[in-house]
Amino acid sequence: MNKITDTKELEKIATQVRRDIMRMVHAVQSGHPGGSLGCADFFTALYFNILNHTPKPFNMHGKEEDVFILSNGHISPVFYSALARSGYFEVSELSTFRKLNTRLQGHPATHEGLEGVRVATGSLGQGMSVAIGVALAKKLNNDPSLVFSLHGDGELQEGQNWEALMFAPNHKVDNLIVTIDYNGQQIDGRTSDVMPLGDLHAKLRSFGWHVIDMNGNDMKNVVETLETVRTLAHRGESIAIVMRTKMGMGVDFMEDDHRWHGTSPNDEQLKNALSQLEETLGDY
Amino acid sequence: MTTAFTIQNNNATRDGFGDGLYEAAQKNPEIVGLCADLTDSLKMGKFHKEFPTRFFQVGIAEANMIGIAAGLTIGGKIPYTGTFANFSTGRVYDQIRQSVAYSGKNVKICASHAGVTLGEDGATHQILEDIGLMKMLPHMTVINPCDYNQTKAATIAIADYEGPVYLRFGRPSVPNFTPENQKFEIGKALHLIEGKDVSIFATGHLVWKAIEAQAQLAEQGISAEVINIHTIKPLDEEAILASVRKTGCVVSAEEHQRNGGLGDSIAQLLALKLPSPLEMVAVNDSFGESGTPAQLLTKYGLDTVNIVDAVKAVIARKK
Repeated sequence: MNKITDTKELEKIATQVRRDIMRMVHAVQSGHPGGSLGCADFFTALYFNILNHTPKPFNMHGKEEDVFILSNGHISPVFYSALARSGYFEVSELSTFRKLNTRLQGHPATHEGLEGVRVATGSLGQGMSVAIGVALAKKLNNDPSLVFSLHGDGELQEGQNWEALMFAPNHKVDNLIVTIDYNGQQIDGRTSDVMPLGDLHAKLRSFGWHVIDMNGNDMKNVVETLETVRTLAHRGESIAIVMRTKMGMGVDFMEDDHRWHGTSPNDEQLKNALSQLEETLGDY
Repeated sequence: MTTAFTIQNNNATRDGFGDGLYEAAQKNPEIVGLCADLTDSLKMGKFHKEFPTRFFQVGIAEANMIGIAAGLTIGGKIPYTGTFANFSTGRVYDQIRQSVAYSGKNVKICASHAGVTLGEDGATHQILEDIGLMKMLPHMTVINPCDYNQTKAATIAIADYEGPVYLRFGRPSVPNFTPENQKFEIGKALHLIEGKDVSIFATGHLVWKAIEAQAQLAEQGISAEVINIHTIKPLDEEAILASVRKTGCVVSAEEHQRNGGLGDSIAQLLALKLPSPLEMVAVNDSFGESGTPAQLLTKYGLDTVNIVDAVKAVIARKK
């Protein structure tokens, strides 16, 4: 698809994605707005600029195109909005989020055949292994395209991640870009209180990863960083981005507050939120 | 129609897996292998040596292995994962459930050292619940072959089936009696011996025990039908019902817990469609322990004599 390179244009799309997130979660009074809002800039940069991908027709195998794996599946609202807005399925389908018979399940699934989703996630800690598998298949297929994955910082408390983090550098998986959404929040409170990650950079480096920092709520920085990591791929190193974001970014009363991890806004809060987010592409 | 059989040698089912994987991989370049530090135990060495770029040593990290396998299918590969049955199922249940089964991924979960015949390592390694765990997952195929030839054939056959498969086999050397180079049909029962008084449905290592039991029963004037149910899911309901309509009673035999095993599947089928007396030769709500495979089969009631006794008990219950 055609890439959007203008930062201002990308920011406008991100604003619409945030509106989608708020309206989807409000409509069913369930879902996870906090992390979704925090990652809206990342998803917009990825799906409208960085990825070399073909939304239609969707190809599960993803051969000769970049593949994205969302590990922290609870931020499905931002994933679905980015997929729909970039052409994987009709934007109007966003209105079915979490409703009976929907393809937009609470957590992403392949079961209902939703285009753009390649594996079910939601039970945390599994996506990095899957992303490594996709990357290994690309190597076996002599396919130079890349695999991107996203993981929550709290999600790193799941042990399987550390099995995967050990595997990738040891097997020289250098066509995979792992991004950690480092917002410092999880359901029960601040990650630093619930189960501190310690020096994450040092941990990743000691496992053999090339670690890069990114401000996940600065579109220019997101695009430039992701463009840079592209050039670092296929050089023998596994690449991890520690992406600083603010949970709830873009809606002032939700920012940096773990209570918005999985709480939906009421009518008044939605109105307030939407007044802060301009309708740039047209609501679904 | 029955399939003719004769003991050709003694060999382990896991050897059938290793040879089957090697043969399947020669034909199909999409097949890849993953192993969690048990390459020799799983007999994956030949595959590894011949196809080094298609083999992935994951170390002692089974959860990661299952996830990587799921990812490899996205890229069009047909991954065979190899570790012990315990670490192939209970240890990674959620990974199989979400990344493989719910996601509909074409992963072949190949599990050796199932049941008490793992032997001296004891109950920590002797899983007797794996068939139940796997068959509960929607759309999971569950196969438990009975000897070297059948395991080899099953290993080759599952490559051509699109979807998740649990393939269960074992450690010890056992009689190899089914035909060489047989065509393995997933979900199709194998009729070994015709009979009229009782139907014995057996899976895995207990198929040979059922054949031994049949011979002893014949000497006592009891005609037992022996059918090998190598595929526990999908169950060959037609074959089971046809046999039971003829004999009127059933014995199931397996190296697994009663709960969740083959007998449990047959009990459901019969209760719904053809209520009939049923006796189960299986482990009854117990863990195993250390010992030789033969000693353990005896102690846990999984031997020839137990099948003979179960047949007599179930015939006595026929009206």
